[in-house]
Amino acid sequence: MTAVLPERPIGGRLIDQFEYGLDAPICLTWELTYACNLACVHCLSSSGRRDPRELSTAEAEAVIDELQRMQVFYVNVGGGEPTVRPDFWHLLDYAIGHDVGVKFSTNGVKLDKARAAQLARTDYVDVQISLDGATAEVNDAVRGTGSFATAIRALENLAEAGMKDFKVSVVVTRENAGQLDAFKELTDRYGAQLRITRLRPSGRGADVWDQLHPTQQQQRELYQWLLAHGEGVLTGDSFFHLSAFGEALPGLNLCGAGRVVCLIDPVGDVYACPFAIHENFLAGNVRSPGGFRRVWQSSELFADLRSPQTGGACTKCAHFDACRGGCMAAKFFTGLPLDGPDPECVQGYGETALAARDLEAAPPRSHLDHSHTGPVRGQPTLLGMPSIPAKPCDESPLAGADLG
Amino acid sequence: MTTTADFDATLPWRRARSVALRPEPFGALVYHFGNRKLSFLKSKQLVAVVETLAEHPTALAAIAACGVPEGQHRTYVRALADLARSQMIERRPEAPE
Repeated sequence: MTAVLPERPIGGRLIDQFEYGLDAPICLTWELTYACNLACVHCLSSSGRRDPRELSTAEAEAVIDELQRMQVFYVNVGGGEPTVRPDFWHLLDYAIGHDVGVKFSTNGVKLDKARAAQLARTDYVDVQISLDGATAEVNDAVRGTGSFATAIRALENLAEAGMKDFKVSVVVTRENAGQLDAFKELTDRYGAQLRITRLRPSGRGADVWDQLHPTQQQQRELYQWLLAHGEGVLTGDSFFHLSAFGEALPGLNLCGAGRVVCLIDPVGDVYACPFAIHENFLAGNVRSPGGFRRVWQSSELFADLRSPQTGGACTKCAHFDACRGGCMAAKFFTGLPLDGPDPECVQGYGETALAARDLEAAPPRSHLDHSHTGPVRGQPTLLGMPSIPAKPCDESPLAGADLG
Repeated sequence: MTTTADFDATLPWRRARSVALRPEPFGALVYHFGNRKLSFLKSKQLVAVVETLAEHPTALAAIAACGVPEGQHRTYVRALADLARSQMIERRPEAPE
């Protein structure tokens, strides 16, 4: 049986057009490597170790050529930590030279004064420094000891080099939701722009989501804060589920997975969105015949995602037009049905749905995990593990001594 | 109505040189490489108008030449005024090139 796809309407709202997908993505995320010097507890791609099958320099250049032909005007580059790829700076120049602008996310580890000056000289590149606490204490518990200092040093170097419009990128958690004003101050201090995004239960994020996702009260405060700060704060349009509180937030209030966004992972696999690294959302690989264009334009999965939702509990809700049922990945990785409420549904339907889950059936997990297998220097302490293998005398010079 | 603060439809215009149009089923995506702004043209007829601005002595002439019905001219002028404000289209020098 072949499903008959609904036909695209002519005219009307853009958001309705976006539901039917575009000829090329607006916003493409490209993770260049699974390698990372950090081991953040909420890493959405479970990164740590490089994958031996990662795209070569020549293959990455071919992807950039294809993006130029498809008129994908910019890509969001991430990882892993993209700057640990030895050819990162070459690929950055190659993309810019082919009309594909680059916005890359980094923990700042490679942004010394020389690199900061190089970036400040380069047009058409955007840098986002990841920071998940406005203080070292809050940040380092999640991202690892020393990661706050690394990020701040990178911000200082960029500001000193005269870089314009760089971003500080924050994932909002239960621990840092009270620091939004402090983040804004910190960002302003470096002449940067604040970008805050939503915590997803993807990758290792699934392990800490229960503990770290904002409470209902925090979500309400976040919503008010976002309305008060308007377009001055970037969000990657990731909080559209909050629109069900009432007024729509600026940006695209729609799940863009496979419609206007997608992910190319380090080995060239194309997923519907950066938060959906799972076989169910794998549309194809850029190495296959026809390359990325064929995956984007012809994959069965993306065709399925490009039709408006017509059934399910949410379509009957008065707020459906505001939140469109929320985030697909958040539902999937918490074990909720995709046509039902988001686990953080602000009307409370998510909590009800979570409580009604079959506890015998574990939520789905990604088939990929590139996490470091051994201890990492500065390991995050959130999970109650010591940050470094502690020797007794680190705690007290008299530890272990029998003073009886 | 043929003029607004940023836009006079009786003058010659063109798609800004640092702007690219990407055709889409509903119209086109517009991208400005300089200020990195993204915008959308919501009909194929508007795409045709923007693409042919440079071939006509005035923006109004481009609108008429693309077969836009008289009753919709105001809507098209307003759409072009928005594009002028976001620098997606720019004034064309009047002297012959």
